[in-house]
Amino acid sequence: MADTLQFDLVSPERMLASFEASEVLLPGSEGDMTAMPDHAPTITTLRPGFLRVVGADGTKEFLVTGGFAEITASSASVLAEQAVPRDEVTREMLEEMHAQATKAHEEATPEKVDMAAKIVADFAAAIETWV
Amino acid sequence: MPNLKDLKNRIESVKSTRKITKAMQMVAAAKLRRAQEAAEAGRPYAERFNAVMAGLSAAAAGSDSAPKLLSGTGADQVHLLVVMTSERGLCGGFNSTIVRLARATAQELLSAGKTVKILTVGKKGREQLKREFGDHMIDHVDMGAVKRLGYGEAQGIAANVLERYEGGEFDIATIFYNQFESVISQIPTAQQIIPAKFEADEAGGSGSVFYDYEPDENEILAELLPRGVATQLFSALLENAASEQGARMSAMDNATRNAGEMIDKLTIQYNRSRQAVITNELIEIISGAEAL
Repeated sequence: MADTLQFDLVSPERMLASFEASEVLLPGSEGDMTAMPDHAPTITTLRPGFLRVVGADGTKEFLVTGGFAEITASSASVLAEQAVPRDEVTREMLEEMHAQATKAHEEATPEKVDMAAKIVADFAAAIETWV
Repeated sequence: MPNLKDLKNRIESVKSTRKITKAMQMVAAAKLRRAQEAAEAGRPYAERFNAVMAGLSAAAAGSDSAPKLLSGTGADQVHLLVVMTSERGLCGGFNSTIVRLARATAQELLSAGKTVKILTVGKKGREQLKREFGDHMIDHVDMGAVKRLGYGEAQGIAANVLERYEGGEFDIATIFYNQFESVISQIPTAQQIIPAKFEADEAGGSGSVFYDYEPDENEILAELLPRGVATQLFSALLENAASEQGARMSAMDNATRNAGEMIDKLTIQYNRSRQAVITNELIEIISGAEAL
């Protein structure tokens, strides 16, 4: 069994990252999931949130605004609508995302309201810790 | 024989024209490189996206619950032509080739009794189509203010198109743009975007693997299909941008060369006239001296 999987992060405008990773934490639209080698093939949509990738040279984090991910036994490809590496994330970005999430939460239907609340909480926490 | 001063002015003016076309050519070359890089950077996303969508839509196509964006409205009466051209001219046949293809398609559809609606992206296409198809034009997207082409622009156009589709304004949408082949060759292309068509090009790819879907397939499809429209529009915009710069570069290269030839010709004419003037003066002086 291989102990790494090929991780690719692409946005429509460019390829942001491509390397071997041992685990990838994805903000799935129905809950977080971690892809590790030999994961069952899965396609999931993503919610706005944070992507954490553990690779050979440390952990990398990205802010994604949505998109989807394709996971196979040997790879995890994230097709994000927009993705920003952690060091380029600014407080304004997070605050804007937080404001959007709060608005979405207020308008959310009863079955979606929990997930919307989670997104709001994610960004509130990120404003505290990331910048 | 034109007088010397006029000729001299003429040469000067052609020289400055040559300077301008030369500069435009160099600017286009620099922009072309950037546009090509952008087009290349966008390719991995589009390829993966299409691969995933091909698998998904093949699975969903058979079922009755397939989203309208995939299965179509069941009719093909009203066609929307999205004609993507540039904002600026002086780029050779770039705009005309797209317009010609769109015009031919529109005429074919009209003579088959279909209804044609036209949405133009970029000023030049609108100008060329306005006279003939003015009544069919429903909207125009102005790209004049766009400095750097981003996914946001494609999303904006996609939202516009999707809203009309939801409102039942058309059944089939086709985009017209120039596929970038090389600096001297751009291929005008028509591509149907609604209902969505994804070519499953790889046999061993996602088609053969059974994926788990989260949320379920139909929900994913419903979310991804509108994005697919934006993605296709975005790649078309990128191809178009590269083609435009390529076309402009070769057009300006030609213009520079023609200006050079013209300067040579005018210079010869100028020298001949000057020689004739000198000869004339000499004859006058000599005959004056002989008369004494």
